[in-house]
Amino acid sequence: MAEAAIELIGIDKSFGTVRANRDINLVIERGTIRGIVGENGAGKSTLMSILYGFYQADSGEIKVGGKPVSIKTPNDAIALGIGMVHQHFMLVQNFTVIENIILGAEDEALLKRSIANARSELERLEREYGLEVDPDAVIEELPVGLQQRVEILKALYRGAEILILDEPTGVLTPAEADHLFRILKQLKDQGKTIVLITHKLREIMAITDTVSVMRQGTVVATRETAKTTVEELAELMVGRRVLLRVEKGEAKPGEVKLAVDNLTVRDSRGVTMVDDVSFDVRGGEIVGIAGVAGNGQSELIEAISGIRKAVSGTVLLDGKPIEVTGQADPGELRDRGLAHVPEDRHYVGLVLAFEENENSILGYHDKTEYLKGPFLDIDAIRADAKQKIEKFDIRPANDRLKTANFSGGNQQKIVLARELEQNPGVLVVGQPTRGVDVGAIEFIHKQLIAMRDRGKAVLLVSVELDEIRSLSDRILVMFDGRIVGERGPDATEGELGLLMAGVERQEAAE
Amino acid sequence: MSNPYAKLPAWADYGLIPLINLIVAFIVAGLVVLLVGENPFRAAVILVEGAFGSGTGLAYTLYYATNFIFTGLAVAVAFHGGLFNIGGEGQAYIAGLGVGVVCLAFDHVLPWWLTFPIAILGAAAVGALWALIPAYLQAKRGSHIVITTIMFNFIAASAMVYMLVDVLKPRGSMAPQTRQFVEGAQLPKLGWFLSEFGLTVRPSAPLNLSFLLALLMAFFVWLLIWRTRLGYEIRTMGFSPKAARYAGISETRIIIVTMLISGALAGMMALNPIMGDQHNVSLDFVSGAGFVGIAVALMGRSHPAGIVPAAILFGMLYQGGAELAFEMPNISRDMIVIIQGLVILFAGALEHMFRPWVQAAFASLSPRTVGVAQPKGERA
Repeated sequence: MAEAAIELIGIDKSFGTVRANRDINLVIERGTIRGIVGENGAGKSTLMSILYGFYQADSGEIKVGGKPVSIKTPNDAIALGIGMVHQHFMLVQNFTVIENIILGAEDEALLKRSIANARSELERLEREYGLEVDPDAVIEELPVGLQQRVEILKALYRGAEILILDEPTGVLTPAEADHLFRILKQLKDQGKTIVLITHKLREIMAITDTVSVMRQGTVVATRETAKTTVEELAELMVGRRVLLRVEKGEAKPGEVKLAVDNLTVRDSRGVTMVDDVSFDVRGGEIVGIAGVAGNGQSELIEAISGIRKAVSGTVLLDGKPIEVTGQADPGELRDRGLAHVPEDRHYVGLVLAFEENENSILGYHDKTEYLKGPFLDIDAIRADAKQKIEKFDIRPANDRLKTANFSGGNQQKIVLARELEQNPGVLVVGQPTRGVDVGAIEFIHKQLIAMRDRGKAVLLVSVELDEIRSLSDRILVMFDGRIVGERGPDATEGELGLLMAGVERQEAAE
Repeated sequence: MSNPYAKLPAWADYGLIPLINLIVAFIVAGLVVLLVGENPFRAAVILVEGAFGSGTGLAYTLYYATNFIFTGLAVAVAFHGGLFNIGGEGQAYIAGLGVGVVCLAFDHVLPWWLTFPIAILGAAAVGALWALIPAYLQAKRGSHIVITTIMFNFIAASAMVYMLVDVLKPRGSMAPQTRQFVEGAQLPKLGWFLSEFGLTVRPSAPLNLSFLLALLMAFFVWLLIWRTRLGYEIRTMGFSPKAARYAGISETRIIIVTMLISGALAGMMALNPIMGDQHNVSLDFVSGAGFVGIAVALMGRSHPAGIVPAAILFGMLYQGGAELAFEMPNISRDMIVIIQGLVILFAGALEHMFRPWVQAAFASLSPRTVGVAQPKGERA
């Protein structure tokens, strides 16, 4: 057996009454890729945060390279050769790649020499690991896949021998993810140790050597990847059997509910994000928009739901226009039966500082049933919220709890409950299961299918290709602001992956 | 990841932490007193006795508190909408015109109880108007409201000098102030109410009916923010402008309406000194109450139930401080400002300084009283 890179012995961590980690024992061998899977709230991130010095364990011991260590801050972790690539990148958006890489590792007050040193070091790293990035590019102009590479370079630049990646593929195309995996394999071959935190079981199967499953703060199992199956891991994660494929019947498309015609949207910097896009969504079908994050899907659904102004084009809701290029009012669109589950539930779909019941009327707070004159009818609002909590099994079942204290899956259920219970004719939904645990994903998918089966039109945007494929009746692929192809639900991942990478279009152009 | 601490029970959050901050502020202030060679304990006794020890002292304390309740509420309302209204000082000052014009027009004609409601409207309208311009510039042009409201304080100050010196000053008078109002524009004092409890109050003590108006407004602000649709929209905007946009709440409308309410509340402060005490409009009658309002709102956590006691605390510092300066020769007026500054520093600006320790203490003492930590499965 290989030598241990990291040993965690009896790690315990509580937040108040919640024991986020209990008695965790984990040995990660040098030069291997270890997967850590588990639902949200299973304690993966807490454990990694302890390892990276964000938190201290209440008890337990950490050994790095066989020696007991005390990691009090991320700087201690870095000094021990532990690097972390966060799910949400920690990059300064308007700095260049090289400025980001030396950030916090500058040698002296003046930057000139640090930058020169970094440049030669960076060239070496890029050569060695195939991590090409233009060092002078500004971060905000780079695609997400490259931004992630910058994060990895940052860790390597600081001499990381152990690299922790937290949900690294959430924002990548299948091709970019494959590239990332190749990089990780290369790093492994060079003797680096990699810890991959993810909820995507297929990735675990594809790349890891061993996998540990966490549930409710403990490691419930560690398996050699070659000797386990996706089904077994899913069962270990949730503690019961899970339906991984969504069961649904044939779609019965009806009338066109939502018609998008030649829609063009620019972002705040004037870059065209949605370029002359046209499509229809009929009642009784789910139309999925596949694509790598940042190819205009977000702007598309924001324009349709009246949050972002479009430059040109028309959108018809039940045959009547939405003023997408003018003063479209999301409130009015709700009255007309268009519900929107936004991609970003933390800052758009919810007000995290509000009590649950306050969020359960967000956007519908104009409805007379929630009001008594100019006053909120608190009793009615709370009764309504309790009903939704019951129906959508939102936990904890406390409508007075601050929304920030719900888990990701339950927060998403709060949004869904609010939007679906208004019985809209059209549902526009972005990333419905991002950061949501397996059990809740199953529930959310069932709800979306039920919407469809009631004859509603559903427009689904997701970067999870599996989700698009299992839910959609038709799949549109977006690349660089355009719809580059339409496929049926039986399209293969490879086929969609190529479209998402814009391959077909480039070939056609040549 | 930014908040690794457990939640505190409400009483600790709203009671214990402000108390600790206050005690520390007084300890540091005590050291300052020691430094100038006075006995800090005697100073504390003089301060508290000066503010609460006599009927007259109490009346003065509550009179000052009235000013701070109005301006504190003004800051709090704007703050709920995510707006930092630094312009309470100017809004209150210029609102003196509204009050003054009403009083000058009606004090010979109407009884005070008819002049008062008109003057309230006058004060609120002028204060709101003065807040409207920065609000409009923020909503439509993106000019930062902190900058514009600060600048509007200066404009208000200059405008009032002009108005008082060149327009409102009676011919032949040497003082830059309006004529004295007669009875029709004089609010009844509330000293008699304190006398009911056996306290002796000098008739000149300025506590007046505006105090009750301030308390009423505190209630209205609570009602507005937590019980009305508008308040819901203001809070949504304050916490997350993106969520407000998503919910179909017009940013422009909320900025303007919130600032109108905020300006109106600041404006009402002018009623207290003008109609309640000095019975004229004079230069610099606001004397910093607009700025103290910021500290009061911070300390009161933008909640009326916190603002009223915070305002009374600052009223105590004003009144007791005056006594202190009088009693202790080494302690000048400026020393009092230092003490007030320390309270603002610890209670307002350094509000979170002791929080981690208190939270750690709570977590180790009784885990059960501490709420559930935020789930760490994902991070925004």
